[in-house]
Amino acid sequence: MITAASLVAAEGNNPLIPHTYELVVGIFAFAVVLIVVGKILTPRIQKTLNERTEAIEGGIQKAQDAQAEAQALLAQYKEQLAEARHEASRLREEAREQGAQIKAELREEAQAEARRLIEAAHAQIEADRQQAFAQLRSEIGRLSTDLASRIVGESLEDEARQRRTVDRFLEELESSSAAVR
Amino acid sequence: MSTLTLLTAPEDKFTPPGLELFDLPPIIAGVTWFTKPVLLALLSSVIVIAFCWAAFANPKIVPRGVQNVAEMGYMFVRDQVARPFLGKDADRWMGLLLSIFFMVWIWNLMGVVPVFQFPVASHIAFPIVLALSIYILKIYLGVKHQGLVGYFKNMMFPPGLPKPIYVLMAPLEFLSNMIIAPFTHAVRLFANMFAGHIILAFFSLVGFWFLFEKLTPLGAPLGVIGVVMTIAMTGFEMFIQFLQAFLFSMLAAMYIGNSLHAEH
Repeated sequence: MITAASLVAAEGNNPLIPHTYELVVGIFAFAVVLIVVGKILTPRIQKTLNERTEAIEGGIQKAQDAQAEAQALLAQYKEQLAEARHEASRLREEAREQGAQIKAELREEAQAEARRLIEAAHAQIEADRQQAFAQLRSEIGRLSTDLASRIVGESLEDEARQRRTVDRFLEELESSSAAVR
Repeated sequence: MSTLTLLTAPEDKFTPPGLELFDLPPIIAGVTWFTKPVLLALLSSVIVIAFCWAAFANPKIVPRGVQNVAEMGYMFVRDQVARPFLGKDADRWMGLLLSIFFMVWIWNLMGVVPVFQFPVASHIAFPIVLALSIYILKIYLGVKHQGLVGYFKNMMFPPGLPKPIYVLMAPLEFLSNMIIAPFTHAVRLFANMFAGHIILAFFSLVGFWFLFEKLTPLGAPLGVIGVVMTIAMTGFEMFIQFLQAFLFSMLAAMYIGNSLHAEH
């Protein structure tokens, strides 16, 4: 095969001398590639690559913005939370104070009420005593008149007897008055 | 090759492949210009355009499928080729550099794709087209950005050297920039692909010859070595093919960069 080709090897074919038709075809082939690939297609891919770079850079920027925003929001929430906690503790404190105050007020009121009741009771007792005393006094008068009429009605034997009778009566009176008390 | 020839009978001795590898007949009889490298060059353009069209015609912000793959190529050219030499001008020249990189790579890959198996750049006309285009662009940009006098002055008389040095420096710099640079730019790619193709052809012929055409007990191990080496060298060639595409576009970026701003 190759050996057969070597038999017809052309002596005058110098590999360093270009064939004219190959030059022409080479120029044509190169020109076509240069126009289509170099002039039409390369700008397209360059445009796309630039767009991609922009898209990536834009994406990174967007992500950074979002992160910054999220952090700001987080800080805000934390602040709000702290504020709320503070407010809650303040309210709790206030409520406790109010509670204590109310308790104290109630206690005072109750004490005043109790005092008032005791006083009323005392007054009542005093009134009752006065009333009893007045009743007793009218009773004594009635008894005295009763006794006087009995004395008048009965014959008095002697002075001593009389005196005894009066003493006994007074004693009686005393004891009954003591019983009343 | 004397050891190889000793292993076989003298009448049908092993002949290593030579320049005839690169001398291909027209595919259609009568149409002399339509040869395998021409077909593959056109096919490479179609492949590069189809691939880039599928990837970049309607690019998405979130890449899918083939766009991912092509973007890797784009990123590679941008970060390893364009930016180191062009800096902030990189984006303006990405179209040219990407076209060159993909095109040279596909040209080179044709050397290992089954059935095609011919690196387009091993015919010097193709590297010349690209190198010459860069050469013209380089001079045009240099004159445009630094002025006709300024361009050659910056090139041949970099400031900050003792005066007598310029006697030596000026012609060397002129020679290096104006003649050697474009020549090596094209020839480096051509020679690598040329040599790579010969190496692959040689090892595969060793395998084919000693295992199929002239199978002998002594020759068989040699054939096995040929097959193994063909596989290994194919892998190595793929690395070289990528490396040369990278180097070629890198040098293009360097020449453009030097013309935009006086380096010295």
